[in-house]
Amino acid sequence: MALEFNAVTKRFETNGGVLTAVSDVSFKVDEGEFVAVVGPSGCGKSTLLSMTAGLYQPSQGEVRVSNVPVTGPNSHVGFMLQKDLLLPWRSIVGNIEFGLEARGVGKSERRARAMQELKHCHLDGFERHFPYQLSGGMRQRAALARTLAVDPEIILLDEPFSALDAQTKLLLQNSFAGTIAETGKTTLLITHDLAEAVLMSDRILVLSERPGRIVAEINVDLPHRDQPLKRRVMPEVSTYAAQVFKHLKLEEKAEEVMA
Amino acid sequence: MTDAAHSSTGAPVAPASPGKPRASLPVNGTMLASLSLLVLVLLAWEFVPPALDVPKFIIPTVTDCLAELQRMWAQERLASHIASTALYTVLGFLIGSAMGAAIGYLLGMSAFWEKVLSPYILALQIAPKVAFAPLFIMWFGYNATPKLLVTVLIVFFPVLVNVLQAMRTVDRDLVNLARAYNLSRWGIFFKIEMPSTLPNLMAGLRIASTLAVIGVTVGELVGGNVGLGFLISYGGGQANAAMVFNAILFLTLIGIALYAILVRIEERVLHYLPKAEH
Repeated sequence: MALEFNAVTKRFETNGGVLTAVSDVSFKVDEGEFVAVVGPSGCGKSTLLSMTAGLYQPSQGEVRVSNVPVTGPNSHVGFMLQKDLLLPWRSIVGNIEFGLEARGVGKSERRARAMQELKHCHLDGFERHFPYQLSGGMRQRAALARTLAVDPEIILLDEPFSALDAQTKLLLQNSFAGTIAETGKTTLLITHDLAEAVLMSDRILVLSERPGRIVAEINVDLPHRDQPLKRRVMPEVSTYAAQVFKHLKLEEKAEEVMA
Repeated sequence: MTDAAHSSTGAPVAPASPGKPRASLPVNGTMLASLSLLVLVLLAWEFVPPALDVPKFIIPTVTDCLAELQRMWAQERLASHIASTALYTVLGFLIGSAMGAAIGYLLGMSAFWEKVLSPYILALQIAPKVAFAPLFIMWFGYNATPKLLVTVLIVFFPVLVNVLQAMRTVDRDLVNLARAYNLSRWGIFFKIEMPSTLPNLMAGLRIASTLAVIGVTVGELVGGNVGLGFLISYGGGQANAAMVFNAILFLTLIGIALYAILVRIEERVLHYLPKAEH
């Protein structure tokens, strides 16, 4: 099992008391699977991701990556946010090498692996450029290259496309899906874009309002996971999206009734 | 600065078009206006005070100043005074900013000590540093130590405060990224925090460079018998306004030189920041 959440609850101490971000979340992700997590904003999607990356520990329950409990930052996981988080003072190839440096990879091998990922992410020729010289879409591709360079077992994507314009987004989704399918990496995509979830994933987990819990699990039984642009024109896509939408809506109504 | 950037980027392509004469100084409108203004002020300075019968010891004319400059060079060992002031400006700047940066980074890494020390830092930052000069003279005597100390003290705080401020505002997500990649605390410092704070450090150094001249001048004014600050108090005592004017001119030039060097270094170091188009 690539990734496993067992009855995970995460509470934060805040000024106003205790805030439960996610509550009793359990799910499993198979090796090579692409799972999308959708939910209303503030439902603790990013909390799931941070716990997988080992940035903080669950209050209850257990997160396992490759059957090993996550106790801290580890080399199994590579993560990517909405912000590209490229270091502005490093060239693109230097940025891609960044993750490898902490892992004691030698200089020449670092460069070789970075150049390989650069090619993977269709950035050849831009290795000497600096981040400010690249467009938003290219910067995200560079961030993906950096994530892939450390050869993680799981890739965590936290709304990586949400800061991009509509067309760049479609192209980048396609490019990411292709690259990820090629590498066969297990991927967890956090998004609030329902169409994106349907287009890119094998399975969708729907989270409720805070405290986030899983209210639905939808298998996306469509071909062309590696080419969202092809999936996009399939009539079934809207059916799936409607299904996800329905689950989100239900929760909102339940909240209104309670209020 | 734009000229320099122009010629340095233009240089590599110059051989491709050998026929074209290389553009000399791009004299544009604003530069012309600035120079005209300078000429106008110098002319007014030369001719207005005599016309109004202002005595020479109140406002010496430009030619008076130039004559005095020649005399100072020949009889007052002007060169050694300039050298001494320049040396202690640079020395004080280097020591003060190195200490400011070091302590800024140390406090930036420890939230506890920052909180403990911040009221005192604020108090010392507000205290007029030049007022310490007489104390330093009492403690260390009429030598170079007091002026060096005043300079170090005055340079120290803007660098410290800028670095500390920048350390507080380092992007948490970048730090988390580094943590997720298993970087050690020192790795995070050298690979994320240091470079992130570089723009602020450079800004602090630029401010400090202008203050360094003030520190040295005050140190020399209060005590000592060498340096441009000494020439100012000496000239003032003799009602020799031209000497004071000349000393101020050279102090300004030292400050400008230091500032210009820092701007050059900053351009080199922060090359990765997109330049504002204008």
